[in-house]
Amino acid sequence: MSFQIFENDFWAINETITKLLKMTNAISVLLIDKAGQLITSTGNISQIDTTSFASLSAADFAATSQLAKLVGENNFNTLFHQGENQNLYIQLIANKVILVVIFDSRTSLGLVRVRIKHATDELNAIILDIMEKIDSNKDNNVIGLDIDFKKQAENELDELFK
Amino acid sequence: MSLINYASREISCKIVYYGPGLGGKTTNIKYIYSKISPNAKGNLISLATELDRTLFFDFLPVNLGNIRGFKTRFHLYTVPGQVYYNASRKLILKSVDGIVFVADSQVERFEDNIDSLQNMLENLQEYNINLSTVPVVLQYNKRDLPNISTVDELERVLNPPKLPSFESVAVQGIGVFETLKAISKLVIRNLS
Repeated sequence: MSFQIFENDFWAINETITKLLKMTNAISVLLIDKAGQLITSTGNISQIDTTSFASLSAADFAATSQLAKLVGENNFNTLFHQGENQNLYIQLIANKVILVVIFDSRTSLGLVRVRIKHATDELNAIILDIMEKIDSNKDNNVIGLDIDFKKQAENELDELFK
Repeated sequence: MSLINYASREISCKIVYYGPGLGGKTTNIKYIYSKISPNAKGNLISLATELDRTLFFDFLPVNLGNIRGFKTRFHLYTVPGQVYYNASRKLILKSVDGIVFVADSQVERFEDNIDSLQNMLENLQEYNINLSTVPVVLQYNKRDLPNISTVDELERVLNPPKLPSFESVAVQGIGVFETLKAISKLVIRNLS
């Protein structure tokens, strides 16, 4: 089963993270699924290889979750990485996706933390709604990915890997 | 679990290379990276030890291009093969969409292949995944070495379910793309 995101949910997510970006004065905000795939981002990401960033963030989170279990915690829902110039604040949402805020000295950890709490509530509701839709629609084929899509994908694969 | 984003028109799928240590998983990924055209690939990331053994994973994003309006990409991962890195292996398997099991054909590694395959099935079971829900192909690597098991022997022990299997010499690239193409097609067919 795939994690499917439809237009309305996507724009609702974007609105929330854009608001978070503005409220915190952060550099950028990214939303990543737990498999390490970037869902969306906002802010200045021109200096970042977002594909690698998403994969490593998910791995970072997965490893830290296991550390939590080793010390008897169910999970560490929040991670904070402090650098000389830039910092990362990473928050688990609905046990399904990972919110990452990249920020520097133009804002403060306290402000980021407070604003992320608001955004987390909103994103929680959106993600849970998406999961419900996926569950209720699980017997149906994925829209748009019909037999023609699969055939064309196979042709592309033949071409790319020949 | 593949990600299908209808708003940004993107599809991402996760393929994991699994198998015993020093079997050739990273070699597969590095060969793919070296041969694929620059516009179809992202950066290769290796979280390795100082001795170049995989510590956590290798990661290579491959772009398939635009298919019926969807930017489609595969994320290739390897797991660390060494027995004591099971916690990391299990993490990488999470949300997997397709698996390549890279077996080492050398006679002395026969048992290691069996142990690794068993370990993979156990780890999958913890995520409620089994061979009927996720596509798996096998690759019998190092076919150029002198002291190797026959393909029949490997098939008999490692592949009772008759999954697709390929012979390879990953260091020379033989069989690498055939394997990747096979698992990619199965993953696409399995999208739902």
